[in-house]
Amino acid sequence: MPADLRNRPCGGRYGDIVQAIGNTPLVELKRLSPHPGVRIWAKLESANPTGSIKDRVARALIEDLESRGAIAPGQTILEPTSGNTGISLAMICSRKGYPLKVVMPDNVTPERTQLLQMYGAQIVYSPGDQGSNGAVAMALEMAERDSSYVMPYQYGNPANPGAHYNGTAVEILEELDEISAFVAGLGTGGTLMGTGRRLREELGDAVKIVAAEPMQGEPVQGLRSLDDGFIPPIIDLSLLDRKIFVTNRDAIVWTRKLLDEEGIFAGVSSGAIASIAVRIAKEMDEGNVVFIVCDDGWKYLSSGIYTRPVDEIENLDATVWW
Amino acid sequence: MATIKIPPVLRSSVGGEKEVQASGGTVGDVLRSLSDSHPATESQLFSGDGQLNRYVNVYLNDEDVRVLDGLDTSVGESDTLVILPAMAGGGR
Repeated sequence: MPADLRNRPCGGRYGDIVQAIGNTPLVELKRLSPHPGVRIWAKLESANPTGSIKDRVARALIEDLESRGAIAPGQTILEPTSGNTGISLAMICSRKGYPLKVVMPDNVTPERTQLLQMYGAQIVYSPGDQGSNGAVAMALEMAERDSSYVMPYQYGNPANPGAHYNGTAVEILEELDEISAFVAGLGTGGTLMGTGRRLREELGDAVKIVAAEPMQGEPVQGLRSLDDGFIPPIIDLSLLDRKIFVTNRDAIVWTRKLLDEEGIFAGVSSGAIASIAVRIAKEMDEGNVVFIVCDDGWKYLSSGIYTRPVDEIENLDATVWW
Repeated sequence: MATIKIPPVLRSSVGGEKEVQASGGTVGDVLRSLSDSHPATESQLFSGDGQLNRYVNVYLNDEDVRVLDGLDTSVGESDTLVILPAMAGGGR
């Protein structure tokens, strides 16, 4: 065992599966590193119980509701989610006995529907061509009309970035003394805001906080006007040093690269984030670049992205990949 | 001249085009050149105080200009500006 790589013999001992969330491995990706002095580290959030980083967020959202006494008997938890948050919430709500309803665009991969049903969630579909904007709008409208719904609202709830400020960031800081760049996906903004804020507090301007965001295909930009746009309330752009979009095609190509070159079986957002992490690494002479592998690849299997040439992938632009 | 990629939601304001050429040394100059040529875009791209509409994201090639120098971000001849609506993003 090389002296500079530490291995814990066991990932820890926990009271139940919800308590086992977090404490994910940091894995060096030597083959993707452009220079010997630059080390690229993947934080494998796919190692969480339901397979995604959202386990952290979902636990924080539910614990936040519980601590405020916001869930009463007879109420249903309602949340707009294209998959991972819903799946995480479904697992945790199932463990804790809370009914859960998720609002999701109808054009996500079928595995997401299966996973939600498996954990006992009810699903309401929003129009696929409105992407996640449509799911958010529909869920907000449902919550306003019916007071039996309690919406944690990952897009605007400080418990979301809080999960990363207190969890993801702390784990990274425990493993690395120097971090030149932290790269994560920009969706709700929770990972970047929470982890970024903690890293900035500890390391100052020496660490660059870099966002990779999806460039949604034209078929899902179903907006009537720009005022139908949506900016998650928790996002503070001043915390970011770079914000770079990644096309669906590039995200898928890089998801395959992670698998083929590093043996990492990850979802599409992870490929996108990896592409930006390597780009940032190429601009450096030395240092550590940490990026998030948000989820594993199981729920994308039916799409063929791991086995077919990217140009043969169906509905490349019409799918909400991440 | 820089190339501006127009999102579907704005195409009717530029005669249906997916790409438009416009001149200017900064992002602000290029976008104002666009709105001079296509006045219907002005109220969609800019807020009343001349800043970018908060639901509009503008990218210099693939980087959000708000995280660079905003409307003062320099634009070169071979650069592309990509205008995209603010979207919640998928898969969360």
